[in-house]
Formats: sequence, C-alpha cells, structure tokens
Amino acid sequence: MSESQYKAVVVGASAGGVVAISSLLECLPSNFLTPICIVLHLPPDKNSMLDQIFNDKCSLQVKEADDKESIQPGFVYLAPPNYHLMVEQDFSLSLSSEDPVLYSRPSIDVLFETAADAYHEKLLGILLTGANSDGAKGLQTIIKKGGDGLVQSPDEAEAKTMPMAAIKKSPSARVESLENICVFLKSLNS
Amino acid sequence: MSTKIEDIELRLLLEAIFHKYGYDFRNYSMASLKRRLLQACEEFKCRSFSQLQDYILHDMESAHAILAFMTVQVSEMFRDPSYFKAFREQVVPVLRTYPSIKLWIAGCSAGEEFYSFAIILKEENLLDKTVFYCTDINHQALNKAKTGIYSLDRMKKFSMNYRAAGGTSSLSDYYTTSYDAAIFDKSLRKNVVFSDHSLVSDASFGEMHFISCRNVLIYFDKTLQDRVLGLFKDSLIRSGYLGLGAKENMLFSIHRNAFEEVIKNERIFHKISV
Ligand SMILES: C[S@@+](CC[C@H](N)C(=O)[O-])C[C@H]1O[C@@H](n2cnc3c(N)ncnc32)[C@H](O)[C@@H]1O
Repeated sequence: MSESQYKAVVVGASAGGVVAISSLLECLPSNFLTPICIVLHLPPDKNSMLDQIFNDKCSLQVKEADDKESIQPGFVYLAPPNYHLMVEQDFSLSLSSEDPVLYSRPSIDVLFETAADAYHEKLLGILLTGANSDGAKGLQTIIKKGGDGLVQSPDEAEAKTMPMAAIKKSPSARVESLENICVFLKSLNS
Repeated sequence: MSTKIEDIELRLLLEAIFHKYGYDFRNYSMASLKRRLLQACEEFKCRSFSQLQDYILHDMESAHAILAFMTVQVSEMFRDPSYFKAFREQVVPVLRTYPSIKLWIAGCSAGEEFYSFAIILKEENLLDKTVFYCTDINHQALNKAKTGIYSLDRMKKFSMNYRAAGGTSSLSDYYTTSYDAAIFDKSLRKNVVFSDHSLVSDASFGEMHFISCRNVLIYFDKTLQDRVLGLFKDSLIRSGYLGLGAKENMLFSIHRNAFEEVIKNERIFHKISV
C-alpha cells in the first residue's frame, strides 16, 4: 500500500451533515489510515453522542477530540459541541471556547485554516451540505496553501448554501457527489 | 506572506512582548494565539507581525490594546451548570468539615466564576469561613471583577444557569439594577483577594482546599499545562480538589497520577498522596 498524498483530511458540514458524514464514514475501509478531523455544527448541548453513533456505523475509530491529543492514523476526530477545534504545528489538537465565528462554534473555517497552516499541501478539505457559508474561507485557505478542496455537489446536498458559497470562493475546488467523494477517498489508500 | 516567515515573526513578537512587558506567551497554544494576533494585525492595519511588533515596542497606547487580544475573556456565571451543581452536592459537604476554607480561582476573568462560587457558598452558609483568591493576568478583567458589575442583558443566561446549577433562590436576589447594569451585592466579596498572578511564571499559593481553573489550560501547550498542574499540586492540601473546564483533561500530563478524577463527568479531581 502506498502512502497517501495527504497527511490529513478535514471535513465540514452543517444542516443535513449528520446523514452526509455518516455515509462518508461508512464507506471507508478499516485500513483507511489518513486521519480525519470533522466540524459538524450542532446545538451547543454538551453531551453529544455523535461519536458513538458514528462509531457504531463505521470501521474507523471515531472519537470526540481531546485537548492536546496528537493526531493518529486511523482515527476520526469530532469537534466537541460549543468548542472550536484547531490543529497545532506539531499535529496535535487544541480546543478553544473563543467567540463564535460566523455565528458558529465549532467553526469550520477555524479548523480548516489552522489545519492548512500545519499541513500545507498535504491536506484535503471536504465541504458538505449546510445552510450557511462557514467553511468557504477555510477551503480557500487550504487551496491557497497548495492543498486540495472537494465540495459536495449542491444539486444533491440537503442544504445548498454551504457548498455554493465554497464554489463561489474557490472555483478550482472539485465538485462531486458524495458517492464520488467516497470513491476518491478510497483510491487514496490503495 | 509565506507561512515560514510568518512563524519566525510570530516567535520574535512573543519574545519582544516577554522582554518588554514580562508577559510570557511563548508556550500558549499557537494555533489560537496566532489567529488572535492576525485579528490584531487587521485591527491595527499591520501587514505583518513585524509591524505589530513595532507598535508593541514603541507605542504604549497601542501596546495595551494589542495585549488585550492575547487572552480570551469569554466567560459566564455558572458556566456548565452541572459543574457547579456537582460542587454544591458533592464537594460542599466535604468542605463543611474544615474549620476554614481556601478557594483559588485561577484565570478568573471578570469575576463571573467567582460570584458563582460565592453565591453557592452563601446559600450553603459557608461564605463567612471561606477566603477566595482570584487571580488573572488581565488587569481590566480583574478591575471588572472587583466591581461586580455586568451588563443586564447577560442576566437571562446567568439566571438560567443558576437554576440549572441548583440555585435555591433567584439570582436577582444577589444584584441590584441601575440602567442597563446588574450590580452584585458587595457582601459576596467580603473575603476575597483579587490579584495579578501569572500561571506561567508566578509561585504557588499555599494550602488550598479547592482550586478552580476552567478554560485556561486549553490555551496553553502541553509543557505549560504540566507546569501549571504541578503548581496546583503544590498548592493543594492533602486530598484537596481541582476543578477544570468541561473539555479540559490531564490525560497527557506528567502529573496525571498525582490526581484522581472524583466526579467523572465534571472534571473534578482530588489530589492523591503518592
Ligand atoms: C476563557 S477565560 C476563563 C474564565 C473563567 N475561568 C471561565 O471558565 O469562565 C481565561 C482567562 O485566563 C486568563 N489567563 C490567560 N493566561 C493566564 C496566565 N498566564 N495566568 C493567569 N491567568 C491567565 C485570561 O486573562 C482569562 O481571563
């Protein structure tokens, strides 16, 4: 198995995101080693069970990110509700309760921008369904630093605003169906 | 602006702040600190961190405004109400057994957390035998804490939290209003010392029964977290308590074996003798 061209994948979604992300995670095989960090907008209730729900459905290890834990291959990290998730230069994770960005905490932009700063061109950003424009700026930063951007096709997304805002800001991002995004991800590891 | 150069400039900026003002931000979580300093750059119309450094070193007035960007001041009264509920139900009965109580709130911001504890201890009839030490590096915040005045529109959220935390009366019993301000009763701060103390560089306080340090450690890197947890260990009495923020942990710390999590979901630990 060859090394993937990416050291990490970051994913952002909002309205409709639970379904989209769970189908994305479900399609990945247990030998998909590239770590994945996810920001999914949720109501700020502190005991989200999403890590368990996703864990039951997919063969990767899904967990809520702990402050200062190092990013490991084969893991999927979720931003806890009401905290920003950031990637540090030493590839560990930090949480923060700074003010919301674009009314969102966790903010997709914050994850994408800090991850781009740590991984540069070795980063893949994926933006899925959502009813606001969080993530557009972050995806632009990823692409500016040499990484790649994938956007779920607005035609099939449950909420189109988020993918459309990203496409507008980053015309060079690839626009694909969720199914093709899965195919692409699976091709990375083989 | 290339990232590499930007990071060199960032490090130089933090050195400059340290040498000029004595504030040591060199071991803070860089991802978040860098974002805040980029915001400062925008605010002060600086093209680079080097330009910002010029202000910091040569323009006192801007320097103080820029320093305000370095710390995060987001807070609430009874933030994460279940933490305060657990304190009241499970820690207070133990504190009651001591002749006097010392409680340290490290990184107290504008005092929201202090007034929360003071109200609980008052309702539990323990306020008179408690001494509070409230510390922070942000002078503006400390001054605000000393006045106990908050904007009235925050009271709705604070009252909700107070009730969820098991409050036995109404939050409005503890403040008077004047225009759009809520002014907390000064009897709540009879036994409190507010002081400028940095967790990065200052020494431990002695013999604390309870230390609450919430939403401060997440802004520190692992090395600095270790220093601070060591400081707390040395400042607690035998089996004294340490409470952290809802998403703070000591999983990766060299001091993790010096503490045991006694109230699991609330991140309340106590010191164990080793
Ligand atoms: C997000 S606030 C937390 C306020 C409160 N504890 C709460 O949980 O709501 C973080 C506080 O830590 C303070 N702080 C940052 N660095 C510090 C240091 N080195 N020593 C002491 N306090 C510090 C900041 O000034 C700020 O007031």
